[in-house]
Amino acid sequence: MIELVIPAIISCMFAFFLVYLTTPVLIKILEKKNYTVKDMNKKENVMVARPGGISIILGIVVSEIVLYGFFQLNEILAVIITTTIAFLIGYVDDRRVMGGWFKPVTLVIAALPILFLGTYDSDLAFPLFGDVQIPLLYIGLIFFMIPITGNTINSIDVLNGVASGFMVIASFTLSICLFILQNYEIAIISLPLGFVSLAFYKYHKIPSKIFPGDSGALTFGAMYGVIAIVGGVEIIAAVALLPAIINSFLFLSSVKRVVEHRQIKGKPVEHTADFKLKATNDKTAPVTLVRLILAGNPLTEKQVGYAIFKLAIFSGILAIITAFMMGVSL
Amino acid sequence: MKSGLYGFLFTMWILIILGGGIMVVLLGPFTIQQFGDFHWIITSGIKITIALVLIVIWILILSKLKNYIFKKELKF
Repeated sequence: MIELVIPAIISCMFAFFLVYLTTPVLIKILEKKNYTVKDMNKKENVMVARPGGISIILGIVVSEIVLYGFFQLNEILAVIITTTIAFLIGYVDDRRVMGGWFKPVTLVIAALPILFLGTYDSDLAFPLFGDVQIPLLYIGLIFFMIPITGNTINSIDVLNGVASGFMVIASFTLSICLFILQNYEIAIISLPLGFVSLAFYKYHKIPSKIFPGDSGALTFGAMYGVIAIVGGVEIIAAVALLPAIINSFLFLSSVKRVVEHRQIKGKPVEHTADFKLKATNDKTAPVTLVRLILAGNPLTEKQVGYAIFKLAIFSGILAIITAFMMGVSL
Repeated sequence: MKSGLYGFLFTMWILIILGGGIMVVLLGPFTIQQFGDFHWIITSGIKITIALVLIVIWILILSKLKNYIFKKELKF
């Protein structure tokens, strides 16, 4: 255990400080090149740099390479390759507007390294009841998992700081659960995700100086998905991600098809005179988590963000309880 | 609304645990031996079908639950 502490500290420092130091430089470069988008939830005409995925992937890849220097694990290679492919897919979507099918379909390709490197266990572990062996079904699960986690995080990236703040909570929860399950090596491999998210949150929180873009959101989501698979904590990871899953579920069950947000005509949320967010009564608009949070009364962008973080903490607690329940058998 | 969301989250968690129990109890011991070398493919195929049915049931329950919990707020 003690031999894992130094690599963990070094990789986490690389993860945090690389993102913390390179993001301001990236913001300047993006602004200079006019790679900015309007922040729709601000009264003034505020332009924000995008995509921040470049500094996120840099932090993840370098910190994981540092870890690979200490332990030559295929799991680390799976994390690096899958996350990089997801970043590239997101970057293409940032630069060109692709159809709704593009990300889910291409993210299946990002899952291939997990399969080729054999970094999975086809037993699916459930709390209280134990494991179930599903060799063929598990391969299907791998192909589903990365598109689902990637797009789920992408779908929650709707307000300043929400995607990165949510990832801080979900990824540290996942790391804690891996430590509880004594899966120390994968726990250490997962830690850089939390530190990268934390460093990025510094610039993404309200008022945002940079948006992660599809490249950043897919990078976050894909790495989260790989950790869940290589760590054998798929169910725990799903529980920690529940608020984002609810968002995707509500969206899909109201729209009833896979479609990009920008292709939806009805607006789920509008602004009040004092620029608070308010749920609309538009029947053609999708039902989303933000719309449900706002169903009671209008809230500021910051208040909605905190409401989502509280839900993330609640599901994080449920995930930790689930991890403890893994050791109990009925 | 917020308490409704927490309730919805908690119910999803319970459904995941119960669904897992059904998976382990139903799918775990399930095996077919009378098809020679291909028995594992057939067994996996049946397991996949049962798992998909369970997922569909899970989604249907959640949809009903969503409508029930958010009935007052979901005027849209």
